[in-house]
Parts: sequence; structure tokens; C-alpha cells
Amino acid sequence: MLTKTLLSLGNSGINFITGAGRAGMLLLGALKPSGRGVKFFPLLVKQLYVVGVQSLVIIVIAGLFIGMVLSLQGYSLLVGFGAEQSLGQMVALSLLRELGPVVSALLFAGRAGSALTAEIGLMKATEQLSSLEMMAIDPMHQIIAPRFWAGLISLPLLSAIFSAFGILGGHLVGVDWLGVDTGAFWAIMQASVDWNQDIATGLLKSMVFAVVITWIALHKGYDAVPTSEGISKATTSTVVTASLAVLGLDFILTALMFS
Amino acid sequence: MISKKIQLMVGAFLLIGIAAILMLAIKVADSRMGGGGDVYVLSAKFDNVGGLKVRSAVKVGGVVVGRVSAISLDDDFSPLVVMKIESKFNQFSDSSSVAILTSGLLGEQFIGLTPGFIDEDSEILTSGGMIEDTRSAMVLEDLIGQFLYGGNDD
Repeated sequence: MLTKTLLSLGNSGINFITGAGRAGMLLLGALKPSGRGVKFFPLLVKQLYVVGVQSLVIIVIAGLFIGMVLSLQGYSLLVGFGAEQSLGQMVALSLLRELGPVVSALLFAGRAGSALTAEIGLMKATEQLSSLEMMAIDPMHQIIAPRFWAGLISLPLLSAIFSAFGILGGHLVGVDWLGVDTGAFWAIMQASVDWNQDIATGLLKSMVFAVVITWIALHKGYDAVPTSEGISKATTSTVVTASLAVLGLDFILTALMFS
Repeated sequence: MISKKIQLMVGAFLLIGIAAILMLAIKVADSRMGGGGDVYVLSAKFDNVGGLKVRSAVKVGGVVVGRVSAISLDDDFSPLVVMKIESKFNQFSDSSSVAILTSGLLGEQFIGLTPGFIDEDSEILTSGGMIEDTRSAMVLEDLIGQFLYGGNDD
């Protein structure tokens, strides 16, 4: 009984460390300059299209609606204190500091992370990765690195787009519907939002999220069991792990940045 | 090769993303201080800075002319406030005075700068100059205390 427990503990420990090591090697492989800069660029553009452009619609719509809801809820709260003019400040700060980076990261994990895992898992299952290696092409350079960099570039931009559209949505509801003065909306927002304190930290957050999400997605795909069930498991696990990692990291980053 | 359409869309995506960051920077944060550039430094010693913070505004007649850049304690334990004033407002004489004011009853605190007179005796303050005439923050608790207990002194 005791040996069995010890055995399973050791087994899971070894699995964990092996997985961490493989994930680390993957990150290293993605970051290592390939020395083939000319050919890297088209691959990156292709992945920017898949990871970034195709996530644009969901990000814009989600941002717009979240800004609108924030504005609606915030108004009903603030109007009780006669402070509805601070609506712009409330919407902008909550979007820039928290909701922008976090919600776009969650959407990104669901929209792009799962696709990356499924794609790479299927490449592994159909032995495309091994074929690349047979042709002396390093899959790290050909497959992993462009996707990693595309994710790293896309998510901060998507998060900025999310926040911008959220603020526009907040303006739409707050000013055009509920009748907050547009001058006060922008002026109080501008007086309270600071580039370093709010916008730059938000972008930094989403960069960290981008690294974590793409890393998890690529690792899960690359290490997937090459069967249809394995790929399905890996895809699910990507979304779950990445989302939880984003939420957990967000708390740590917020505590570090704003305390 | 990648099709023209994809290249075009990726270009547009990057452009929208950068435009969003720019919009956040300019329209939302109104970060003119990012350029920094043309400021000069004045400092002033107070007895009590109350709730004054770094980045609090320095105002002349309600118009923002600069911001507080640092608050520290001097050797003799009196708070020293360093202000960065925009260079286009560089005509304050050394008889100017500063006071820590509050916007509204419970609002944020800022520095109100009252420009002094200019005659042959006074000098124009330059960067690193010290404003001697200061009035400290009004601390609401002290005021209430005076109101409650101070009446007996008379």
C-alpha cells in the first residue's frame, strides 16, 4: 500500500518535472534565433493572420459590450452619489487595468490557444513534425517559433483594441444614452488615467499573459498523445490551464504592480 | 507564398492595434507629460503636506502649470516638495507663494501657486529655485479639533 502510494507520487513527480523540462526546452527553442531571418518573416505574417486577425472580431465585439455593460452598471451605482460624471474614469480604469488584459487573454486562450494546440497536435498525430525533422528542418523554427512570436505580438495589441472599443462602448451608453456630459466623461478620465500607472502596466500584463498562453498552447500541442482522444484532451487542457494561469497570474501581477 | 490578402489584413491588424494604443495614450491618458522635455524644477518647504501626492497638480488660478515630482523629508524633518513647472510659465518672481489647497471639501489636494510681484528687488525664479513663502495643508482633523476644543481658549 505504502509502496504503491510512493510509486504513484514518484511517477507523477517525474512526469511533472519531465513536462516542465520539455516545456522549458520548447520555450528555449522558440526564442532561439534561427539564423534564417529571411524565411521567418512570411511564416510570422501567416501566423499573425491566424492568431491575431481572426481573433479581431470577437475581441472588438466583446470589448464593445463589456464597455457598455460597465457603463450601465457604473451609472446606476454612481448616480446614487451624484458622481455620474466620474463614469468615464470608472470605465477607463477598470478596462485598462483589469478587464482589458484579462478578458482579452481569456478570449485569446479560447479562440487562438485551443486552435494552436489542436493544429500542432494534429501535425504530430499525422507525423508532419517527424517528416519535417526527416527533411532536416527544425520544427521549432518552422512551426513553434512563428506561432509563439505571433501570439506575443498579437495579444497586447488585441488587449489595447479591446480597451479602446470598451471605452467607446462605455461612451456610447454613458453619454449618448444615459446623458452624462461628454466633456466631463473625457476630462475626468484624462485627469485620472496615467500612462505609466494604468496603460503601460495593462500592456505589460497582457504581454505576460501572451507568453503564458502561447507557451501552454504550444507545449500541450507538442506533447499531445497523437490520437484523436489525446488531441481533444490536450485542447481542453490548454483552455483550462491557460485560463486559470491567466487569472492566477493576474492576481500576482496586480499585487506587484498596484500595491 | 502568402497571399496579398493575408498580408494586407495583417498590416491592417497591426495598424489598428497601434492606433488603439495611440488612442489610449492620447485620448484617454492625455499624456502630454510623456514628452516631458520643457520643464524646470522649483522646490518649496512646508510644515505639513497633508495628502499631497507625487503627480499632484500645481495650479495658478486654477490652471495647471506643472506637477509635483517628488516629496521628501529635509534634514530638519520638514517636508520638501519638488515641482516640475512647464517652461512656458517661467516668469515667477521669488516673492511668489505656494499653498497646499484642496479641491472641494474632501477632494484631492494640489499646490496653488500665487505669482509674486516683479520689481527691481525681486528675481525671477530659475530651475532649482526655492519658494520661501509657503502655507501648509489644511488638515481637516486639526480644523475639527480646533472647532471642538479651541473655543475654550478665548
